[in-house]
Amino acid sequence: MPKVKPHRTSPSLDMTPMVDLAFLLVTFFMLTTQFRPEDAVIVDPPSSTSDLRNPDSDVLTLTIDDKKRVFFGFDKASVKEEALKSMGIKYNVSFTKQQLAQFRNINSIGVPIKQLGSYLSMSTEERKELNPRLPGIPYDSLNNQLIDWVQGARQANLNLFSKQSFVSIKGDGAADVQTVQKIISELQKAKINRFNLVTSLEGNPTTEAAQ
Amino acid sequence: MAEIQQKGGDSGKGGKKRAKKMSTKIDMTPMVDLAFLLLTFFMLTTTFAKPNVLQLQMPAKVKDDTEKSKIKESEAMTIILAPDDKVFYFFGLNSPKDPSVAVPKIQVTDFSANGIRKVLLVRKQQVPKLTILIKSYVDGDQHAKYKDLVDILDEMNITDQKRYALVELGKEDIDLIKTQKLL
Repeated sequence: MPKVKPHRTSPSLDMTPMVDLAFLLVTFFMLTTQFRPEDAVIVDPPSSTSDLRNPDSDVLTLTIDDKKRVFFGFDKASVKEEALKSMGIKYNVSFTKQQLAQFRNINSIGVPIKQLGSYLSMSTEERKELNPRLPGIPYDSLNNQLIDWVQGARQANLNLFSKQSFVSIKGDGAADVQTVQKIISELQKAKINRFNLVTSLEGNPTTEAAQ
Repeated sequence: MAEIQQKGGDSGKGGKKRAKKMSTKIDMTPMVDLAFLLLTFFMLTTTFAKPNVLQLQMPAKVKDDTEKSKIKESEAMTIILAPDDKVFYFFGLNSPKDPSVAVPKIQVTDFSANGIRKVLLVRKQQVPKLTILIKSYVDGDQHAKYKDLVDILDEMNITDQKRYALVELGKEDIDLIKTQKLL
């Protein structure tokens, strides 16, 4: 009887296609990823059935939390910097280079302009600790810094990129309507009439059940 | 693949040169490890989903009251957002100074599928040119939540209402709620 020789296959397999695929995906994710900047305030937006998406860029975000605080943010750092400079001129506050560099990295700010300098001089950890106790940007009629921020940023975006900005309002579900309506009416005074209310998605409604 | 070919000028030794047999395969395992580590990292940190938004178009501010559009009483409906996710609504207008307008009766409902949505759908079939005024209740510490505002705007989209507006709550509305002992 002839001996049956088992076919010897090499234990190492060709991993080239797998590596190709893995690196393709790595490249894809590396290029598409945008790191989520840390928010100074955490809000839980209410849900809606709207499937419209927030615009990709030129978004000015006003975050309103349940303690009636308002935070200002813009998605382009250069626009934010210009807005800060115009605020500095208007309120006669100047900032150092380091403070400006810090400001570019902060996603949303909720500090009156006079205290912004010392806030920016803090370390990241100190800021993090202070964030829950921030006063928010003043928006009452006597001291309306919010509208100056908004107008400064819109003007800066127009000057730098010649683009209009979208105003997104990101409110906490438990925030009171009056605060939101007050901000909307303040913005309307500045002839801003179109708003995007940031919501999270919920399932489709059941109109059939009601009919 | 990585292959090292030696080309050289040492052809003088009688053609008996034997190339060193090198394995053409490299161990790619560490590279694959690294690639997948990065892949996992980027997959987990990436944020694909941008938030959804609800568009809100407000009318331009008017200088004085004469420019404001008047609403017919038969086509009007007022929704008042109340604390604890309650919804008050009444049909017609609330103008206590005008004796020809009957005092509206406030009804109470909620945001469930059989609540305000049903009311809106039924009313829209009866009155095609329905105009809805959305107000939100505030009196001292008692106030409606922003969630309610988004919910009611969402209901407007769901029931496909064409004419609705956010209006400030008037004193007469608070009086009406108080006299009907709803809060």
